This record gives sequence, C-alpha cells and structure tokens, in this order.
Amino acid sequence: MREAFRLLLSGDGETWGIVARSVRFSFLSTVFALLPGVPLGIALALGRFPGKRIIVSVVNAMTAVPTVVIGLVVYTAISRSGPMGNLGWLFAPTGVVLGQTCLALPVVTALSYTGLAKLDPRFHETLTTLGAKGPLRLLATIREARPVLIAAAVTAFGRVTGEVGVSMMLGGNIRHLTRTMTTAIALDAAKGDFERALSLGVVLLLIALAVNLILHLLTDPGV
Amino acid sequence: MVEADRRTADEPKVRTETSGPSILRRSRNMYSLTKRTLFILLAFSLIGALPILSQQKTSSQTRLRLATTTSTEQSGLLSVLLPAFEKKTGLIVDVVAVGTGAALKLGEKGDADVLLVHARAQEDSFMASGFGDERKDVFYNDFVVLGPKSDPANIAASANGPDAFTRIAASKTPFVSRGDNSGTHVKEKEIWKATKTVPSGTWYKEAGQGMSQTIMMAEQMGGYVLTDRATWLAMKQKSSLLILRQGDAAFFNPYGVISVSAARYPQMNKTGAKALVDWMAGPEARAIVAAYKIGGEPCFYVY
Repeated sequence: MREAFRLLLSGDGETWGIVARSVRFSFLSTVFALLPGVPLGIALALGRFPGKRIIVSVVNAMTAVPTVVIGLVVYTAISRSGPMGNLGWLFAPTGVVLGQTCLALPVVTALSYTGLAKLDPRFHETLTTLGAKGPLRLLATIREARPVLIAAAVTAFGRVTGEVGVSMMLGGNIRHLTRTMTTAIALDAAKGDFERALSLGVVLLLIALAVNLILHLLTDPGV
Repeated sequence: MVEADRRTADEPKVRTETSGPSILRRSRNMYSLTKRTLFILLAFSLIGALPILSQQKTSSQTRLRLATTTSTEQSGLLSVLLPAFEKKTGLIVDVVAVGTGAALKLGEKGDADVLLVHARAQEDSFMASGFGDERKDVFYNDFVVLGPKSDPANIAASANGPDAFTRIAASKTPFVSRGDNSGTHVKEKEIWKATKTVPSGTWYKEAGQGMSQTIMMAEQMGGYVLTDRATWLAMKQKSSLLILRQGDAAFFNPYGVISVSAARYPQMNKTGAKALVDWMAGPEARAIVAAYKIGGEPCFYVY
C-alpha cells in the first residue's frame, strides 16, 4: 500500500502514463459503446418487432463472453492478414479501444434495455401523445432514464478498466503505447515483481473508485 | 366498441390541452440539457481520440514493430539495446513479447515488421516459405536445467542433457514445461526426443506461460525446469532454484533477427525493418549486448 502511494506521489512518469492511458482507453470505449448501445437498448425496450426476445437473449449472453474471445475475434479482423488489416489497428491504441468497445456494447445495451423496460409506461404514452419523434424522443427518454444509463455507463467502464484479455491480445502490452494498468500488472506478476504488481492493483482500485465518484457527481448531483 | 375507441382517442387531446404546455416546455428543457451532456461527452472523447488518430497516421513511417521472445525482454536487454537504435534512427520500436512460436506466427500474418527469435529449425522453414526477407545471427547464450537444491532426481550426476531428463522422468519429480511452442519449449521437446521417452503423467506439467512464470511454478512445485540463461539471471535473486545441469553442446541457444517479407503486406515498414536487422547484426549492437550483464554475469554472447 505504501509502495502504491510512493509510486503515484513520486510522480513516476511511466506509472502515471500507464494510469492515464488506462483511463483514456476505458473512457473512449465506454463513450463509443454508449453511442449505439443506448439507442439500441431503447429500441429493444420500446419497439415491438419479431425476434425481439431472441435479440435480447443474444445481447444478454454477449455480456458473459470472455474477454479473450472478443480479443480473438477482433484480432482476426484487424490483423494485417484480416479484412481490416490495412487500417493498422492491431497492437495500437485504436485496436484496444475497438476491442473494449465491443466488450462494453452488450453491457450498455443489456443494462439500458432492462432499465428502460421498467420505466413507467405512461411516460412513453405521454411522449407519443406529445408527438415527440426521432432525436427529441430519444433524448427525452435518455433524460428520463438517466440513473439507469449512468449505472450502465459505470458498469461498462468498470468492465473495460478491469479487463486484461482484450488489452493484452490487441494492444500487445507495448511500453509507452498500449501498456495499461492490467497488462502492466500481468507483466510485473510474470516477472515475479509481485510488490509492484500489487501496488498497481491498488492504484487501479483507487482510480476505479475516483472515476465512479466523479461520474456520479457530474451527471447526477442529487445521488 | 366505437364509443370506447372514441374515448381513447379523445383522452390524449384533453391531456394535451390541460397540461400540455408545461410538459412541452419541460421536454424542450430536457432536450437542451441532455444535448449539452452529450455534447460534452463527445467533445471529451474527440480530445481523447485525437492523439490516437494522429498517431495512427504516421505510424507506418515512424514506428516499427518487433515481435520477440520473452527472454530478450524479461532479461532487460531490449530496454538497453533499443533506445540506442531509436536515438540513432528516430524510429520508435514497439516490442511485443511473446514466445518464438507466436512471434513467427505474427510474422506470417504480417503483424510484426521484425522478429527476434531463437528456434533455428523453425526460423529456417519460415525463411524457406518466403515469409522473411532476411535473417541474421545476432547473439547466443545457452539453456540450463534448474531444480531444487535437494535434487531428488540426482541430475547433478547426469552424463548429459538427455540423461538428466531421463532421470527426472524416472524419479517422477515435477517437471514444468513451457508448453507454448516457444524456443525453449522446442528445445525441451528436442531433448525429450533424444531420451526416447515421451514425457507424460502428473509429474509433467505444461504451463503454457512465459519463462519467468514457468520458473516460478517449478519453484513452487519443487520441480525441474529448462530455461534460457538470460531469463534465469534476471530471476535468480528471487528464486531458490539452482542450475543443476549445463554446458551441453545441445544446450546452445542462438538468436536470429528476421525482417518480415513486405511483399505480402505493403503497409509494413520495410525500410525500418531492414535498418533494425542490419543494426542488430552490426558492431554497435554487438558491443551493447556483450556489455550487458546481470549481477556481473553476461546474459548473451556475440559471435
């Protein structure tokens, strides 16, 4: 524990770089997952169309897919020998963010679906009556379901911050480029440097706590 | 039926008339508030994404990807070797540390520009299949067999590598194998082949992990393990294992550097790869490798 604070307080550039990188990747992938995920969740909650139940089941099942499987699928897609190879995303930050977005998307969709399905049905009736359509309706729904969506975002952020499979596979744990807190911990543990690994783990915990608090305060001062 | 229909159709109208304006106002207010939140989120992500995207643009010219074995990275050699190259050329070398088998696979798929590996037979077939442009010998060290101080299989008295392995198999003392098709694993399989016994049973553990983890596992199990000398020197301080068998001609461990063929994958950094391969085999790199020591002992030797 003391080692953890020493690492952070001493202003060790590399440690801070790793921490900042982790937060940046996780933040970006959470936002990129929210953008399609929330409308998708809303569509699933409010829409009535054939095969809806199957889609909901698939989305729910996707939240349990191991990170390494997502890593593997994205890997084959963005490898230079794969269909998206010319983008050069593998072993680069974009690859990690893409993989983590894929990881967060089902979480966001499933949680916003569950939350929205529980909204007072009269709210949707009112919107229909008022003639709210398209983006206005979407935004009004988002506003109404804010606590649910914040919870979804926080959960998704938590999943991507704490995962190691996607980051390791798609990022390659490259120093100063794709080394995040979890892959750094894995590397330190692999080298037998348990003390440093443990302190990074404590830092990871603190960061997760801080980000969750900030997110709550920023988006919902009342809670 | 008709009446009921009319009633439901009328109801909303009434509601709209009585409470409509305030709800509408509220919903417009909601609209702008939510829009602002979304805008802030988007702005933040754009700011966050910019460095990543711009980095991507220049990556193929200024960055070079080196796939290598865990031994060269975990021994700390690369962190003294590569900065010298980066300073000289202005290129940035991204190191992906995996086993030799995985590194060669990365090369085949074009996901690495340069490989630094140690499994001569595999390297030769990689070149023969046209996956590489150029291969050069860079440095070497040797493999050693580690074991607990008590040496239950008495391999300290063995005549050679295969004899040591035979003794381990006979005593059924745990032996931890890399099991990951790495250079060390390939060497281990070669030695087992020479003993004419197929290692199997609960004493033979395939770890599927990097060299350091495998050594740590062997220590925890009080067992034996085959390792390259560089990783052992980096781990020695933290381990109670000892070198119990070394010095066999079959334990020779040469490293080669390969530039991956750019013919298949045009987006690869061909000039950078050539520069790194030439530099690694050149006098400057050799001097750094020869001078690199852990605890006063050299990790790698140059030709």
